[in-house]
Amino acid sequence: MFPPLYTNSAEPATRGEFTRNVIDDAQGLIVRDLIVIRNDRLVLDGVSFALAPGAALMLTGPNGAGKSTLLRVLAGLRRADSGTILWNGAPVTDPVAQGTLVAYLGHRDALKPGLTLRENLTLASEAFGQSPDAAIAALGLAELADLPARMLSAGQSRRAALARTILRQSPLWLLDEPSLGLDTASIARLGDVLAAHRAQGGIVIATTHVDLPLPGCETLALRAPDFTKTVPGGLAAPDAARAPEDWF
Amino acid sequence: MNAHTRTGAPLPQQGQALRPAVRFGAALSALLARDLRLAWRHGADTLAALLFFILAGSLFPLALGPSPDLLRKMAPGIVWVCALLASLLPLDRLFGAELEDGALDQLLLLGLPPSVVAMTKIASHWLTTGLPLLVAATPLALMLDMRGADLPVLLVGLALGTPCLSLLGGLASAIVLGARRGGVLLPLLVLPLATPVLIFGALAVDQARLGLTYGADLDLLGAFLAACLTLCPLAAGAGLRAAVA
Repeated sequence: MFPPLYTNSAEPATRGEFTRNVIDDAQGLIVRDLIVIRNDRLVLDGVSFALAPGAALMLTGPNGAGKSTLLRVLAGLRRADSGTILWNGAPVTDPVAQGTLVAYLGHRDALKPGLTLRENLTLASEAFGQSPDAAIAALGLAELADLPARMLSAGQSRRAALARTILRQSPLWLLDEPSLGLDTASIARLGDVLAAHRAQGGIVIATTHVDLPLPGCETLALRAPDFTKTVPGGLAAPDAARAPEDWF
Repeated sequence: MNAHTRTGAPLPQQGQALRPAVRFGAALSALLARDLRLAWRHGADTLAALLFFILAGSLFPLALGPSPDLLRKMAPGIVWVCALLASLLPLDRLFGAELEDGALDQLLLLGLPPSVVAMTKIASHWLTTGLPLLVAATPLALMLDMRGADLPVLLVGLALGTPCLSLLGGLASAIVLGARRGGVLLPLLVLPLATPVLIFGALAVDQARLGLTYGADLDLLGAFLAACLTLCPLAAGAGLRAAVA
């Protein structure tokens, strides 16, 4: 047989094993052999996993291992150079539809300092037809709802961004270090919110460097990419792998 | 392989509560309302473009001398050039602010096509910059001794032309998003593209002043607006996608 094009940087157990016996019509999320190349370097090298409704996955790994990149690919914000994402057995190809499938919490909280906390959530609540009050209360923000976002602390901003995640009613939550800046009581609230989402059949994928309140979650350890290895020209779509700042 | 495979639509089939339903119209109006509210809260930014327009226009009589004949002749050109430059001022924040605080990710995940997101932001740029310029154009034109009879032609031209400037500006600011020195690149991209607007907009008023027909110039402005309306949001949407990737 032909030798593999690229050697695997992920642990063998994280590649293929999860998906080997999963049929195509399975419910939930299946990710197969995701490869992302940035500036001719392999960032994600053949990531595969499968998650049933109600499951959770914790992404761990050193800085620069591609955890955030993987979340952005799953959110449809970034294209993978190769690999498949299946949702309920159907390949996810349209990034616009993918946007409604996921609720993405990035590094930055995306709050406008000039608007109040409630006004910051209005766009999501209007777009998805949800009242923001339940989400605000779930994260203990009721008393802060009418304060301008510029007066919120880092942890309070993080909770506001988490409230927006709830509002979207999306089955797949992609959380980039959701517990960043949260105090002990807020982490407990986050645990309740995550448990409620999973009880509804939702899936949670979170990157973290600390323990998250995700009982019974799987763990996927990504390894730091080997930066001595280059992939000149990329795989199929070289432009997708180039950062826009390099276009000029 | 089932039907979903062919359509590629990732529909949740789990028969549970998690079924995100994007309300297209509500999302659009909420996005527009958010931008207008932000513009109102940060009123200084809106006012800055307006004051720049008035001040830059007032410099010409100081530099060229107060001859009414000369000013009347140059008035259309002065108003148009000042409007073009003033509409450039808020452009680098149009998408730049959204990219910096991560809000652009959330906007692109609303389930709206990126071109629609871009078009809504461009519309808010016109409402907060183009429309105030349209209002301020009358005092500036009168200050430059433009005849009252020529004012409607100027205003119709600006009503057609300022949306073009917003569309071209939105296109350019989406393209330079995330680039180093994007603020410098922006005018270099917009100004050449905006020359047709400038030419036909100023020419229409000039024709009216000389008592000639100006319909063709306004028609061409309208045609340019139609082309910008269809093409600019598409290109701007592609620029936004590339910026977050």
